[in-house]
Amino acid sequence: MSAVTAILVVPALAAVLLAVLPGYRITARLNMLAAFATFLIALSLFFGRPQPGPYLHVDDLNNVFIVLTTFVGFTTSVFSASYIEHELEIGRLTPSFLRFYHAMYQVLMFAMNLALAANNIGVMWVAIELATLATVLMVGIYRTHEALEAAWKYFILGSVGIALALFGTILIYMAARPSIGEGLDAMVWTVLISRAAAFDPALLNVAFVFLLLGYGTKVGLAPLHAWLPDAHAEGPTPISAVLSGLLLNVALYALLRFKMLLAANPHALTPGPLMVTMGVISAVFAAFMLYRRRDIKRMFAYSSIEHMGIITFAFGMGGPLANFAGLLHMTMHSLTKSAIFFAVGHVAQVKGTQRIADMGGLTVTNPVLGWGLVLGVVAIAGLPPLGIFMSEFLVVTSTFTRQPWLTIVLVLGILIGLAGLFLRLNTIAFGEPRGPTAESKASYVPMFAHLALVFVAGIYIPADLVAWFQNVAKLLG
Amino acid sequence: MRGIAFDIAHLLAGSLVLVSFLQLYQDRLYALLNIFAVHAFVLALSVAWQAYVQGAPHLYVTALIALVFKAIVIPVALHRIIVRLGIHREIEKVVGVGTAMLLGMGLVALAMVVMLRVTEGADPLAREDLAFALSVVLLGLLMMVTRRNAVGQVVGFMSLENGLVLAATGAKGMPLVVEISVAFSILIAFIVIGIFLFRIRERFDTVDLQALDRFRGERQ
Repeated sequence: MSAVTAILVVPALAAVLLAVLPGYRITARLNMLAAFATFLIALSLFFGRPQPGPYLHVDDLNNVFIVLTTFVGFTTSVFSASYIEHELEIGRLTPSFLRFYHAMYQVLMFAMNLALAANNIGVMWVAIELATLATVLMVGIYRTHEALEAAWKYFILGSVGIALALFGTILIYMAARPSIGEGLDAMVWTVLISRAAAFDPALLNVAFVFLLLGYGTKVGLAPLHAWLPDAHAEGPTPISAVLSGLLLNVALYALLRFKMLLAANPHALTPGPLMVTMGVISAVFAAFMLYRRRDIKRMFAYSSIEHMGIITFAFGMGGPLANFAGLLHMTMHSLTKSAIFFAVGHVAQVKGTQRIADMGGLTVTNPVLGWGLVLGVVAIAGLPPLGIFMSEFLVVTSTFTRQPWLTIVLVLGILIGLAGLFLRLNTIAFGEPRGPTAESKASYVPMFAHLALVFVAGIYIPADLVAWFQNVAKLLG
Repeated sequence: MRGIAFDIAHLLAGSLVLVSFLQLYQDRLYALLNIFAVHAFVLALSVAWQAYVQGAPHLYVTALIALVFKAIVIPVALHRIIVRLGIHREIEKVVGVGTAMLLGMGLVALAMVVMLRVTEGADPLAREDLAFALSVVLLGLLMMVTRRNAVGQVVGFMSLENGLVLAATGAKGMPLVVEISVAFSILIAFIVIGIFLFRIRERFDTVDLQALDRFRGERQ
C-alpha cells in the first residue's frame, strides 16, 4: 500500500472502529493515535511519492497542504481529548454522541485528505461534499437552539456552494472533452493541466465563475461567508479549530487548482482580478465586523474571514513572490488560528460562557491560559516578530509595486482588524477579573506547540522549506 | 433518427424547466411535494432517454435511482412527516407569485444567454441540455430563497440537484460522477429528513424556520 492510500485508509478504518468502540478513554486515545499515524505517513511523502494514478496523486503543491492538514489534525485531536472530557463531565455530550463525534472527526480527516490528494476533479468534489456533511453534523451536535440554526444555515449555504461547484466541474469536463476525448481522462487533473491550452476558453471562463462562487462559499469569502461565524460559534471548539485551520484551506486549494488550469490556457480570462477583488472585500469587511462582536468564537471566526481574504488576495495577485507570501500566510494562519481556538475552548470552559462581557482579567486568574491567548492574538494580529507579521509583510511588499491603491486598502483592513482584536483582548485578558476562575485541567501542549512554531517561523525558516515554497509558488504561476 | 432523438431530449429537458416553474408558485406543502415527484419523474425519463441515445447503460441506474428515490420514496417520506407534524397549512412566501414568476423568467433568460453563447462549439444536444440544466439549477436556487419553510427549502435544494444530474448526464461520457453524485444527493436528502426535521421538531415543535429566527447573528 502506498503512502497516499495509507493517509486515506488509516482515518477510514479509525472512523469505523470509533463508531463501535465504547468508552471515552480508549476512543480519545485511538483518535489521537490514528491522527498521529496519518501525520507520520504524510511526512513520509516528502521523501518519496508514488506515481500519479487516475484517482490519486501527490505533487509539490498538495504535499504541503497534506502535511499541514494531518499535523493540525493530530494536535487538534490532542486538544479535543481534554476538551471533550470536560464536556462529558458537565453533561453537554452523552457517550453515544461522543462515539459519533469521534467517528465524524476521522471521516472529516479522510475527506480532507481525499480532497487534497485527488487527481480527479470529480473525486475532489465528492470529498469536499463529504467534508461539508461531516462538519454540518458536528456543528449541530449540541442540539441547542443556536447549534441547530447554525447547522441548518451551514448546510443550506454549503450545499448551494457545493452544487454550484459541481456545475463548474461539469463545465470543465465539457471544455476538456473535445480535445481529450470521452471518459475518465477528461477529469484527471494531471491530464487536464497538460492539455489545458487546447480547451475552449469561453467554457473555461464560465466554469471558473461557478467554481469561484461554489468553492468560494466554502472558503468563506465575503459576501458568501454568512454560514461561517455561526458554524464556528456553535459547534464544539475542536471543530472550530479544524474548520478555520484546515477546511477553509482545502476549499482554497481546490480554487487554486482551477486557477492553475485557467492560467495554462492563453485565451481564458485571468482569474487573478476576480480573486483579488473578493480577497480585499473579505479582508476589509471582516476587519470592520470584528468591532461589535460579543461572542469570543464569533470574533475569531471573523478574523478567519479576514485572513482567508488576505490569502486569496495574495494568490490572486500571483507571481512567485506573492504566491510564496500567500502560501506562508496560509500555513501561519492555520497554525495560529487553531492555537487560538485551543485557548478559546479552554477559556469558554473555565468561564462557562462564550460572552466576551463575562470574561475578564484572564492573565491574573489563569496566567498560563491568559498569556497563551494574548500571545495567539499578538500573532494573529500580525505583530513582529511572529510568523504572521512576516507573511503579511511579504504580501504587502510583493504587491505594492503592482497595485499600490489596492494594497493600501488591504493594509488599512489589516490595521483596523488589529485594533479591533486588541480592543476585545483588553477586556478578556486584562482588567478586573470577571466570571468563574477555576483552574483548567486542560493540556496546553498543542497550543504552545503551535505558537512556538509560529514564533520560530517569524525569526528563521529553514532554507529547504523556503526552497520548497518557492518551487510551489512557481508552479502556481 | 438523429432528429427525433434530439427533439425528445429537448422536450424532456424543457419539461423539467416547466415543472420547476410549477413548483415556484405552489403554496401548499402537499401540492409542492406532488409537483416535486413529477419533477423527479421527468428527470428520470430524461436521463433514461440520454442513456438510450448515448448508448450508455450505466445511466439507466441513475434514471432508476431518480425514479425510485426522488419520485417515490422521498415525497412519501416527506408526506408522512408533514402529516405527523400537522403542518399541512399554507406556505409562507417572501415574495408574491407574480414576482417569483418574473424573477424565474429572468433567470431562465440569463441561463440561455450565458450557456448558448459559450457552448457554440459543443454538440447541439449537450448544448441545449446544459442551458436547460442551468435554468433548473437557478430556479431551484430561487425557490430556496423564496421559501421560509424547512420542507420547502429541502424541496428547492432537491430540484436544484435534479438540474445538476441533468447537466451531468447531458455531458456525454462523463465518468463516475453521476453515480456518486446521485448517491450523495440521496444521502443529503436522508440527512435532512432524518436528522434536521426531527431535531427541529423535538426542539420547537415546528418546522417553520421563522421559529428559528430568534437567534440572528449575535447573542445578547
